[in-house]
Amino acid sequence: MVLYSLTFYLFSSVAVLSALMVISAKNPVHSVLFLILSFVNASGLFVLLGAEFLAMILVVVYVGAVAVLFLFVVMMLDINFVKLREGFLQYLPFGALLGIVLVIELGILFLTDRSSNIYNNQTPLQPMVNEVENTKMIGQILYTEYFYLFQICGIILLVAMIGSITLTLRDKGGVKRQNIDSQNTVDASTAIEKKKVKIGEGI
Amino acid sequence: MITLEHYLFLGAIIFTLGVLGIFLNKKNLIIILMSIELILLSVNINFIAFSAYINDISGQIFAMLTLTVAAAEAAIGLAILVVFFRNLGSIEVNKINQLKG
Repeated sequence: MVLYSLTFYLFSSVAVLSALMVISAKNPVHSVLFLILSFVNASGLFVLLGAEFLAMILVVVYVGAVAVLFLFVVMMLDINFVKLREGFLQYLPFGALLGIVLVIELGILFLTDRSSNIYNNQTPLQPMVNEVENTKMIGQILYTEYFYLFQICGIILLVAMIGSITLTLRDKGGVKRQNIDSQNTVDASTAIEKKKVKIGEGI
Repeated sequence: MITLEHYLFLGAIIFTLGVLGIFLNKKNLIIILMSIELILLSVNINFIAFSAYINDISGQIFAMLTLTVAAAEAAIGLAILVVFFRNLGSIEVNKINQLKG
């Protein structure tokens, strides 16, 4: 149990510190790298909670796809980041005040005595050998009870993919493309042209 | 002993940092998108902590849905950002005033 607590504090403190660095780093590339660190630590916390599948998905999807996408965009666009930093400290007192109020309020909410509800028997899922493993459990419920939600997820991803492709597609001139319609409607009368060539001359 | 409150506090702190990031980096659209990712991460932490402590697997399913939406949002947001940068040569948020009808 002591080891569990120590691991929790290690992962959560690194996650919070790197989240702080995400919003305060001067260079956006550093921000993205700290975002990756934060996600990896969050996935460590998920493993602690017994959600191994989600932890791995988090690493694959966020670190492997989303964060790399951010990195690409930050490095690809030629942005004057110094100019964007102007007025950073202008809203710091107000923002800090708002943040402190928000944290205190949420903390009070969690710490209020909830004497008669379901959270009382707090025994976290411990990884056991004989139990059905996490991935199997998710699969059993995802494809039966939440099947429509699962399919809607697929549609959301498809729409996002098509949307981002159409947004960034540029129609540059001078690109040769296949015209499938005209290719399919070709027959002998249009494809072949007969010409008489005189001897000693070209066409 | 780590209780549910520990995880909820962690989620609250990360959520607040995300909101704060939107406040502080008022001009930089990329950092704002990253702050939204942080907020969604805190939501995921809450979902999975509840799922583990209530002993109900449904929370993890919903965390997966959040993840899907976050990925789609990041893709579309970055696409819009690229188009915006192509048109204006800048990603300052206060220059986005051209969406007139």
